[in-house]
Amino acid sequence: MPSDGLSLLDSIHARGAPSGQLRGTLGTVALADLPRATAFGEALEKLRGRSVLLAARDQLSAALSLLELDGVARRMVLCTPDLKPEHLPGVIRTAEVDACVRDEGSAPAQEIGIAEAVPVRPGLAPLRAPRRRTATTEWILLTSGTTGAPKLVLHTLASLTHALAGQPPPEQPVTWSTFYDIRRYGGLQIFLRAVHLGSLVLSDPREAVGEFFDRVAAAGVTHISGTPSHWRKALMSGLTARIQPGYVRLSGEIPDQAVLDGLKAAYPKAIVAHAFASTEAGVAFEVRDGRAGFPVTLVGAPGAAVELKVSEETLRIRSGGTAQRYLGEGAEALRGPDGFVDTGDRVEERDGRYYFLGRRGGIINVGGLKVYPEEVEAVINSHPWVRLSLVRPRRNPITGAVVAAEVVLREPQAGEDRPAPELLVREVTERCRQRLAAHKVPAMIRIVPSLEISPSGKLVRPGA
Amino acid sequence: MSVRSTITSQFQQVAVEQERVLSPLSDELKLVHSGLDSLSFAIIVARLEDSLGIDPFNSTEAVEFPVTFGDFVRLYENFAK
Repeated sequence: MPSDGLSLLDSIHARGAPSGQLRGTLGTVALADLPRATAFGEALEKLRGRSVLLAARDQLSAALSLLELDGVARRMVLCTPDLKPEHLPGVIRTAEVDACVRDEGSAPAQEIGIAEAVPVRPGLAPLRAPRRRTATTEWILLTSGTTGAPKLVLHTLASLTHALAGQPPPEQPVTWSTFYDIRRYGGLQIFLRAVHLGSLVLSDPREAVGEFFDRVAAAGVTHISGTPSHWRKALMSGLTARIQPGYVRLSGEIPDQAVLDGLKAAYPKAIVAHAFASTEAGVAFEVRDGRAGFPVTLVGAPGAAVELKVSEETLRIRSGGTAQRYLGEGAEALRGPDGFVDTGDRVEERDGRYYFLGRRGGIINVGGLKVYPEEVEAVINSHPWVRLSLVRPRRNPITGAVVAAEVVLREPQAGEDRPAPELLVREVTERCRQRLAAHKVPAMIRIVPSLEISPSGKLVRPGA
Repeated sequence: MSVRSTITSQFQQVAVEQERVLSPLSDELKLVHSGLDSLSFAIIVARLEDSLGIDPFNSTEAVEFPVTFGDFVRLYENFAK
């Protein structure tokens, strides 16, 4: 994939004239038109050598900005649409932003506080001067912590496309789609794959699952990705039959067996794969056997393009796909002295496989005993009537905390009667008791109509 | 249901769930001899907060930790007043 010295557009065209398209809700752009056309009107040159905040709300405008500014801008700061306004000044300062790209959906220019604001449109106009690559652009991604200021993570096109290197061109044209926003690492990976290998259908947060699936179906999408939360929502919508992908990918959260099985049942002919990646650590691996967790053989393999090791029960990753560093004065080190990135995700080996236990910081302490919410959720979610659950600590004067769970049930199918809530709560509790130590069994289980999913497509964990 | 009967039924239910042998409940019964462990008490207190709407352990006033079942019931009864 892109070798050093090529811009993103050069790298796409190095594979031959692209036949693919970018399809947003506001328009469609053919990748083949881009060398001689621009979404910036006459203003592209104003952004040369600058540190550019990509503040457009629309995803197609953001995609065109990435394609046009790599090799032109000194830096691109991929501003996620849900970035809180109070965090914007810090981002601008830390990334030394001196220009921004905006659209009608952006916050007003005076609020962004940058003098050089260039409008971008989700469509193309002729480009007068030929494109010139004058920079190895830094790509700045924001981490999606639910509280606190985001961290700024520095990548280059080479590190972002590391996972694509050496991939043979697909035999059939590939059309990708993703529930993700492409300004997040998970979505950006799909964007970079799609523009090199085919087409991409972009999502829109204002769109319901059904409308999105209709666009996905109309475009003939073959490959589609999202977080387990995105996919649970899709499964709950009852509309999964509207699309027929050949490849379904989960990433960004720990997938449990229930969501993998749910997708396999919905798409029996598709490859259902789950990938592990993080903004800092890059893409680590993809698992295609339909089972949660990953084979131990992936860990410690010498000479692998991505090296994995488990230390202090935590997964660590070293590869050309890891980010360079955090931006900002006095920022903590992103990699350890040995070059490994600590993912903060704890794993446990069982029968030749590593299973994710949860985030190191997410532990519930019940009288000195550890509980990983995700481990309990996986057991709850294995109940046939449960679609989704959230396990959280509940403050307690005796043990410091007890485990509490909120559960979303799936809708009954035709001819099916859902058992009474009290009975289901008893059944779920019993299931937990059979499979978990006593302190991990929820002290209380509440059935709720829905659970909050963050704009990054992840289950919102209180205090996370 | 009275505070006392709510507490009694929670003790019985949690004992069953936690597979503990509950001693016959009397006001003189020391909680350490009740057959319940600290996890069981933690669950009882959490559920009583839901059913009675009070958590006397989390009050701003100093709480004398109950030693007997009778102390435990009185703590809730006094707090509920």
